[in-house]
Amino acid sequence: MNAPLFDIGVSVARIAVFFAFVFGLVVIMTWVERKGAAYMQDRRGPNRARILGMTLGGIFHPLADALKFLFKEDFIPDSAHRLFYQMAPMFALAPAILTIAIIPFGPPVTVAGRQIPLQIADLNVGILYLFAVSGMAVYGVVLAGWSSNSKYPLLGGLRSSAQMISYEVSMGLSIVGILMVFSSVQLSEIARGQGELLFGILPKWGVFVQPLGFILFLVAQYAEANRTPFDLPEGESELVAGYHTEYGSFKFSMFMMAEYLHMVVGAAVVATLFFGGWQFPYLGDAGFLFPGGAAVAVPAWAVLLLRIGSFVAKTLFFAWLYVWVRWTIPRFRYDQVMRLGWKVMLPLALLNIFVTGLVLLLIDRGGV
Amino acid sequence: MEPILFILFGAIAVAGSIMVVTRKHPMASALYLILTLFAVAALFVLRQAHFLAAIQVIVYAGAVVVLFIFVIMLINVPENKLPVERLTALRFLGVAAAGLLILEGAVLARKTTMPGGTAADSGSVQAVGRALFTDYLLAFEITSVLLLAAVIGAIALAKKKI
Amino acid sequence: MANFLSSIRFSDPYFSVLLMLVIGVGMSVAFVLLSQALGPKRYDRVKYSVYECGVDPLTTASVRVSVKFYLLAILFILFDLETAFLYPWAVLFRQLGWFGFLEMLVFLLILLAGLIYAWKKGALEWQ
Repeated sequence: MNAPLFDIGVSVARIAVFFAFVFGLVVIMTWVERKGAAYMQDRRGPNRARILGMTLGGIFHPLADALKFLFKEDFIPDSAHRLFYQMAPMFALAPAILTIAIIPFGPPVTVAGRQIPLQIADLNVGILYLFAVSGMAVYGVVLAGWSSNSKYPLLGGLRSSAQMISYEVSMGLSIVGILMVFSSVQLSEIARGQGELLFGILPKWGVFVQPLGFILFLVAQYAEANRTPFDLPEGESELVAGYHTEYGSFKFSMFMMAEYLHMVVGAAVVATLFFGGWQFPYLGDAGFLFPGGAAVAVPAWAVLLLRIGSFVAKTLFFAWLYVWVRWTIPRFRYDQVMRLGWKVMLPLALLNIFVTGLVLLLIDRGGV
Repeated sequence: MEPILFILFGAIAVAGSIMVVTRKHPMASALYLILTLFAVAALFVLRQAHFLAAIQVIVYAGAVVVLFIFVIMLINVPENKLPVERLTALRFLGVAAAGLLILEGAVLARKTTMPGGTAADSGSVQAVGRALFTDYLLAFEITSVLLLAAVIGAIALAKKKI
Repeated sequence: MANFLSSIRFSDPYFSVLLMLVIGVGMSVAFVLLSQALGPKRYDRVKYSVYECGVDPLTTASVRVSVKFYLLAILFILFDLETAFLYPWAVLFRQLGWFGFLEMLVFLLILLAGLIYAWKKGALEWQ
């Protein structure tokens, strides 16, 4: 087989499949969010859009939304900085799309004698790529707020960006413990490392070795994505819609798409770092191997399917958690958000690194 | 392929940095700076310095330019009141200095042999860390003092207004 | 052509990143252009003025921003750099042992002094 063409084919195929999966999930999440909100508030939610007389619980609403956004008037306020105004949604969406590349959907598979990671790009800088790319999202927010040249977006954009950079610090520090335990920044390596067992019983998942790190990371992620309880940049009662007040048509939709992409990718990253990624508890390459010594042989294709299924299930749960939290926890006040970020999360993250270091040294070196 | 990509990203970096100094609106300069930093990160990747590329984007494109943009918003000069620079003498000096810098680079490039550095993992997180925490330990520790000085300086500058 | 193709390492994951970059930027630009091309355009002075609770804007948004955001950005750079140093250290931690632990402890304590100074000076207070 022609080697370069094979490699290009693999690369393009992976991008096509994983991109379609994540984007499909984004579309479904907009529906889940509205439907979930409705059921929590004891109402029906979207149920009108229909194709050939079928509503299927309003599943066609995201499609209707997209079409409607596309054909709405494309609006640029007279006083806006036109070019920057147009660029802001691009700065929001493009980094969100790039983050998809880092998600490991399963263990590497062997095709035609070659190891192929089930990940668009199994980079050696791993999680650093995620931070580098998602750090660009702040420009979308700042530019949108500033270029609208209007008071509410400006204040919303500033608040939002200040919150994002504050929590980026805690987020970066909260995963240092995980990197110390698994001695790698590569998501594929971290996922593989979580296949071991702790004390012979418990799967060595991130959440069991880094409980504090997990909580800090999860909270920082909600703040990064500007989701409730940290969605005060768009607190309707004080700032209208925040940084995207002046945006309409598909440009507004791009900000929404970016937010949902961050949610879905964020859910996948939490699942990978702290819940074993594609690992299925007690499932080895040859089959189940339970702590008691019982073993069940499972064919290789079933192992692969179980692992990918396990990853998807975990991702779906954490994506749903965003919706669940949104309609359960009330919004913080701005000074509370900033205090939590700098005076609680940051010291706790540093403490977590310190304690992790001590424990690891005591385990590895057996006493002093 | 590598030479083509090198020329492509090199051209983006140079063009971007020329735009940074020639744009009238500071916000445009800041955005071109992000472009330039990204292009330089791509050059690092081509030289297998993957960790450096990631840090370049995280720290420079992700943090330093945020500071610049906050300062631009802090001062927030309306577009019609942007200062027009008339110091043509300074401009000539700037061009002359840039020419000297390029000349210096060219001379240095001819005199020193570039390290190969294309070994598969010479720029990985592990390799950089190993050098940083053994051979360059003192420099690493002194960095913290530098960073501390930066924080104290910033607070001292802004103190009156807090 | 075949020679040219075989000189590229397409299996390099950074090649996939390049593809994703092209897709991401391409999609973002396409969406903005598409939305501009498809929507109707009916100009109206009031419609095209910025939002201000239903009245004409009283002042422009060219307000100066609190200096606090500047301080925040400086602190952000400080801790961003700190994490940048922490990543290679964390990966090598199990090899470096106690020596590495003490190295980082000194580094972090000096930076912690910066945080405590900012804290005491009230740079982290938001009303």
